[in-house]
Amino acid sequence: MAFDVFRLLAIARKELLQLRRDVRSLILAFLLPLLLLALFGYAISWDVSDIRTAVLDQDRSATSRAFVDAYRASGYFSVRQDLERSSEIDALLTRGSVQMVLVIPPDFSERLGANRPVAVQALVDGSDANTATIALAYARAITRDYALETQLQGRLLQPPITTDSRVWYNEELLSRNMIVPGLIAVIMMIVAAMLTSLTIAREWERGTMEQLAATPVTRSEVVLGKLLPYVVIGLIDVVMCAVLGVWLFDVPLRGSVLLLMTLSTAYIIGSLGLGIFISAAARSQLLATQLAMLTTFLPAFLLSGFMYAIDVLPKGLQMVTYLVPARYFLVVTRGIFLKGVGADVLRVQGLLMIAFAIIGIALAIHFFRKELRT
Amino acid sequence: MRAFSAARIWEMVRKEFLQLRRNPLLLRLLLVSPIIQLVLFGYAVSTDVHNATTFVVDQSNTQESRQLLEAMTASGYFRISGGSADPADMVSALDHGAALVGVAIPPDFAPQLHRPGGARVQILVDGTNSNSATVALGYAERIVQNFGAQLAITTPLGIDLRERAWFNPNLASRDYNVPAVIGSIILMVCLLMTSLAIVREREIGTLEQLMVSPLQPLELIAGKLLPFALIGLLDILAVTLVALAWFKVPLVGNFVVVLSGSVLFLLSALGIGLLVSAVSATQQEAFMTSFLLFMPLILLSGFMFPVTSMPELFHWLTLLNPLRHFLEIVRAVFLKGAGFDDLWRQFLALSLMGPALLWLAAGTFRKTAG
Repeated sequence: MAFDVFRLLAIARKELLQLRRDVRSLILAFLLPLLLLALFGYAISWDVSDIRTAVLDQDRSATSRAFVDAYRASGYFSVRQDLERSSEIDALLTRGSVQMVLVIPPDFSERLGANRPVAVQALVDGSDANTATIALAYARAITRDYALETQLQGRLLQPPITTDSRVWYNEELLSRNMIVPGLIAVIMMIVAAMLTSLTIAREWERGTMEQLAATPVTRSEVVLGKLLPYVVIGLIDVVMCAVLGVWLFDVPLRGSVLLLMTLSTAYIIGSLGLGIFISAAARSQLLATQLAMLTTFLPAFLLSGFMYAIDVLPKGLQMVTYLVPARYFLVVTRGIFLKGVGADVLRVQGLLMIAFAIIGIALAIHFFRKELRT
Repeated sequence: MRAFSAARIWEMVRKEFLQLRRNPLLLRLLLVSPIIQLVLFGYAVSTDVHNATTFVVDQSNTQESRQLLEAMTASGYFRISGGSADPADMVSALDHGAALVGVAIPPDFAPQLHRPGGARVQILVDGTNSNSATVALGYAERIVQNFGAQLAITTPLGIDLRERAWFNPNLASRDYNVPAVIGSIILMVCLLMTSLAIVREREIGTLEQLMVSPLQPLELIAGKLLPFALIGLLDILAVTLVALAWFKVPLVGNFVVVLSGSVLFLLSALGIGLLVSAVSATQQEAFMTSFLLFMPLILLSGFMFPVTSMPELFHWLTLLNPLRHFLEIVRAVFLKGAGFDDLWRQFLALSLMGPALLWLAAGTFRKTAG
């Protein structure tokens, strides 16, 4: 039987009709991207501010108060408590009611006035290492600036080296600029792989797939026809994320929209193929969901560089990331959104996306046949 | 009505485990999945920066400039991944993502060091990953400044900030994240698995058979939930063992506190799972609903993102999230050695939420099942 586009479209139409009845899948497909965008855009960030701080000021002089005010004025620290005794510190940090305690020694103003060095203690709750590292960096900078100011007393400083630092592509270092383009890669994985692995596992569990196989259509027509509606859903999601990202969260879209859509399509097709492969391997919905979570969602979330840099991973896990398609797609979305680079720079990733799509379709068609034979 | 019978519940639990044994792949997954999650979260969830790829344009090419670069690589934060005399190559390296940081040292670097005005060093950072960029930029500036300070014979700064990180002196983010995986695993097992397993029986029609058996509705629910509670507890033990033996995470406090918290948290997670199964007709619906709940529960728990960095509104919302309270317990016990007296608020919140959710779920379940 020759390949017939009309039969393919008929299958796609049947799939679409079925999908329309399946309200919760549609909710997941369209609400989840919105939910994730809202959470990542509004609720979540690593930007550390308002670090809950207590001060044990043993000096109680105008100088020590000015020093504490410098912390307050920075906006990074919110000084909540004035301690009387050092014995109070332990309970405060253990309970987590403050994150940092600043201890100013009794001779603070005296030594500083006499130009003698003085030690101030910053005790930080290190259990959340990320926040603690950032808090200490702020404390260090504020202390240095304050010390410089008192020492120089208006004189001009002549540092031997000045750094001229610039941040490219995301000039203000906003985490949402990093998250939104990456989120597209993660959402696609969820929608494409998880949705299909489930809907198709269901058809197999219920036996409706055999009915489909008994109709006069070829295998590739069935597979491609089944994929088509999900490709459309995926592309709608990409557009939705991009529009909301640019419009609500001011994420720059500097590169070519056409290139973004082309490579997104390839990525979606590959993910869909992966979904069919999973459902064929799992046969049951319960197992398919767990497998889909482990093989598509978690790697796309954690091993793609979406939130956490790949360089920091141990060598073994770094090797694994080369097998995660989201890793390459993330370079594409961030490259197009933030760097504004084109096909010349993204050549390798682009070819990999197309390869992923071809492998995905091949896997899908191959395993589709195998499942029907048994 | 007959009395609540432990024997009948036990029979039900036995039946569940027999059924589970028939699905070896699922059983294996239930044990392997926590370990995979542990490895992923243990290694991947880290915003530490080390060995950041650095592209160097050293136009000075003097002893001084090499010393500066040496200082950067010696810190362990930077690894020189490429170099050239042409600044255009640096631009291309950043564009391609071949380097995260670019350092450009101008030709007049060495002589300018000793002249008024000083030398200038350009540092470029790829900001697409805003986290790594912030941290890397901070390190780079500090290293260059320290290098300059060593050259200039000036008096040291008047205030010396003595930093001490309590509970985690090395500031290892792993010690913070690994224990928290316990929470995400309980949630995964109890929420996703429970809801799917119950709805599966409904889809196949075996739930009706159970309904007409002499089991009372509450016994049925208890019998359905207990196996997953047991699997959840087993997973907790497995995760704790791996965390201690492999990741060498310290357990400062008493594990009994963690276990008590886990049991309370299990109630909440099972309650949510049961609630989802009560409002879902098919496994697919159950999964979609669970997943839609799972994401916000994880993201708004402080698992990966500190609660303190969230805006006020979300900050309040997290108080309704049982996972948030449970993670505070787990982390405080593992790292700080906190006890019941330090954590009574979290325990109170969990002991209110768990029974309330279960009660609500059982009520809804009986209505929709009948």
